[in-house]
This record gives sequence, structure tokens and C-alpha cells, in this order.
Amino acid sequence: MSVLNASDVACAHRPGYGALMSEPILQATNLQCERDERMLFRDLSFSILPGTVTRVEGANGTGKTTLLRILAGLNDAWSGELLWCGKSRNWHREEFLRNVLYLGHRPGIKALLTPMENLRALVAARRPVADTVLRQALSGTGLDGFHDVPCRRLSAGQQRRVALARLLIADEPLWLLDEVFTAIDAKGVSAIEALLQQRAAEGGAVVVTTHHELQLPGMRSIKLGEVAAQ
Amino acid sequence: MNAETRPLIKPQESGVSTVAAMRAVFSRDMKVAFRQRQDLLNPLLFFVMVVTLFPLGVSPEVSFLREAGAGILWVAALLSVLLSLDHLFRHDFDDGTLEQLVLQPQPLFLLVLAKTLAHWVLTGLPLVLLAPVLGVMVHLEGNSIAVLCLTLLIGTPVLSLIGSIGAALTLGLRSAGVLLSLLIIPLYIPVLIFGTGTVAAATEGAPVGAYVALMGAFLVLAITLAPFAAAAALRISLSNS
Repeated sequence: MSVLNASDVACAHRPGYGALMSEPILQATNLQCERDERMLFRDLSFSILPGTVTRVEGANGTGKTTLLRILAGLNDAWSGELLWCGKSRNWHREEFLRNVLYLGHRPGIKALLTPMENLRALVAARRPVADTVLRQALSGTGLDGFHDVPCRRLSAGQQRRVALARLLIADEPLWLLDEVFTAIDAKGVSAIEALLQQRAAEGGAVVVTTHHELQLPGMRSIKLGEVAAQ
Repeated sequence: MNAETRPLIKPQESGVSTVAAMRAVFSRDMKVAFRQRQDLLNPLLFFVMVVTLFPLGVSPEVSFLREAGAGILWVAALLSVLLSLDHLFRHDFDDGTLEQLVLQPQPLFLLVLAKTLAHWVLTGLPLVLLAPVLGVMVHLEGNSIAVLCLTLLIGTPVLSLIGSIGAALTLGLRSAGVLLSLLIIPLYIPVLIFGTGTVAAATEGAPVGAYVALMGAFLVLAITLAPFAAAAALRISLSNS
């Protein structure tokens, strides 16, 4: 098991490593994925640069979620090459996982646990975090007063917000966010947009899938669904 | 949402030790289980019901029960562990916790081992603790009851560990129950045979050391191999979902 310390940080793409900022954090070459005998995408090549927000675009069923799961390492049914900081991702799995935050459709919130317990369990797997920091993060997502209420009593949007609280304290350089705006109110949506933008400004890389009209300066996009159209 | 509460990005420190991560997985499973206490009673109730129905259904005679008692208890324990297996990963799969578990930067097989341990503490261990009472009910002698509890103590973790492979493999399926049983029961049979065999030997007054050693070997084999298989099966199930 490799233990990461400050000197051999998995990826030098962080603020302060300006010279390396243009090197891709994740590079995909000729990705191909077939699902239920249907070609979702092929010859898909792109690179994710630090300090950018990348949006995966495409209609329903074009494989946005599948692509994100492939990038995160949850889906193994693909071919092509995926490089993490220039190294094979599959060979540096632990190091890769340490530096990636993935939020899926199902955000990993247990209905029987309180937001505090949920957030603590999700974050504590990655690094020790003080309870005050967790409480601050939950308050930051507008969950003041709900810290110790079981999540099953919360609304769908509030449950999403518990998961989103992770973003406020995450320091993983790469974020993979699947349908991050689902069930969030207008005010929350603009707060997330601001958060993503700030994240990019700090040097983090963000990949999002969304049907929401997301417009951020300097945003890149990956278009899916062209194979189906051909 | 107030973005200012977040500290600036900094290089990750050494992260969390694997043991701490295992402990976190274990304690979360325990917490969830105790918030839903009625579910904990199901396997226990099943165990007690099967054992109490046997004398009523077959024969309440002391000679019959003394001979068949250990077998009845073992079969009942095996089936009640089997019944509880579907829950091992199912809820985590449904709410996305499993995805986050697979993405944790620790070896997955150790996290799976922690989950399986929690499963055993919540289902297997209560059965072992209840076994002496039921042993008295089926007229087993003191020595046989002690040996029975010992075999259950060694055997039920094996059942949980082997079961975790089946539970992980059948995770993506809609009606996993039957397939899970078909996959797992053949692997349970050796444990059952040696478990009841040990008690039979003890009842006859024969030495049981060799039997117990063999069951210990089962346990060691299961602890070392099952988490790897279950972790690989989990990855496959998640990959197909």
C-alpha cells in the first residue's frame, strides 16, 4: 500500500506548481464502451486539465454517467487508454482514488444515519477531519438545524446537500460529479456554480454531467451521442 | 451554500490508515443495524422457531432429540445466516454507499472483511449465544452443548465469509435469493458436516481435537480467500450496474 506524503504528492497539478499546470490530470485516448450491444462511444479522446471545468454533454442514454463511472474506475467494461498524470490509472489505483472525489446519482447517504454521521463516514475514509469542520460544511450547504436529524426525515434536495457538503471540505484535485444539480433549488444551483468556478480558479479539475444549462467562463465540453447519430 | 468555509487546496497528507478505515466501515454498519433493531431479530427468531418446531413436528422423545439435536441446531443456524445474507450489500448498493466504499483509497478486500465481520457480529454471534439455551431444550448434555457452541463459534464466521462472495456476485440481480442459495449451499455443506460431526463425536465421548482443528482450518481458509473473491465480485457487480 502506497502512502502518500507531501513530497511525492500523486499529482503535481496543484496551485503553486504553475509550470505543470498545463499537463493533463487525466488523459483518455480512444475510449470505447459498448453497453447492451450498443456502442455508446468510440474513439473518444480528451484530456482533463487542472484548473478547468469540463462538462459532459449528450442526450439521455448517450453514456454520460457511464463515462463518468469509467473515469472514476467503477466501470471496467471499456477499452482504450486512461492515463492518470501520465501513468496508467489501473496500475496506480490507490494513489488515483486518494485524489479523486466521485459523486454519483446515488450519493452514498444512509437514510438511517444523520447528516453528521453520513458526512463523517464519507470523509473519514480519506482523511481525519474534526467535527467542527464537518458541522461548518453542513451549515455551509444550508443544513443548519438538521445536523442530527436522520436523513430519511430530510427532503430529496436536503439529502443531496448532505452529499454536496463533501465538496466544501474536499481537497481531492479531481472531482467527478454526476448530475450534481438534481433536486437543488435555484439559489443552491448558483452556489454550486460559484463553487465549481472557484474550484477551477484554485487549480482543481472538475468534470460534471448535467442537463442544467451550465455556463462558466472557460468551460470545456465533451460531446457524447455522435456515434449514435452517425 | 457558502464556499468560504472551505480551506484552500493543499497536498493530501498521508491519508487514513487501513485499520482506521476498516473500523469506520465496521462501526457504520453497526450503527445502521442498531437504528433498525427489528431487522436484527429476524434471523434469531427464525433460528428459535425452526429448533422449537422440530420436536413438535417429528418427535418430542429424548432419545431422538439427543441424537438429532446438534444437526437441527446447525441446519437452523446455517439457514438463518443464509436468509440474512441478501442484506449484506443490498442496502449499500441501493443508496450508493457501496460505490463510495469501492472508491476508498484502501484495499477493498479489507473493507469487505470489515463489513463481513460486522455481519457476523450481528447475525452469527447472537446465534452462538442463543445455542446453549436451545441445546438444553433438545436435551443435549453439558459437554455436547459446549462442543456445539464451539463449532458454531468457529463455523458461523465461515458461513458469513463464504456468503459474502455469493451476496456480492448476485448483487446486480433483481431476484437474487434463489441463485444465492444455489451458489452458496454447496460450499456450506462441508462446514455443516464437520460441525455436526464434531458434536456427534463429543456425544460418543470420542476426542474432538482433530475435528475442531479442521474447522479452524476452514475458518483460516475463508478469512484469507473469501474477502478477495467478494471484493472482485463487488467490482464486477458495480461495473455492470
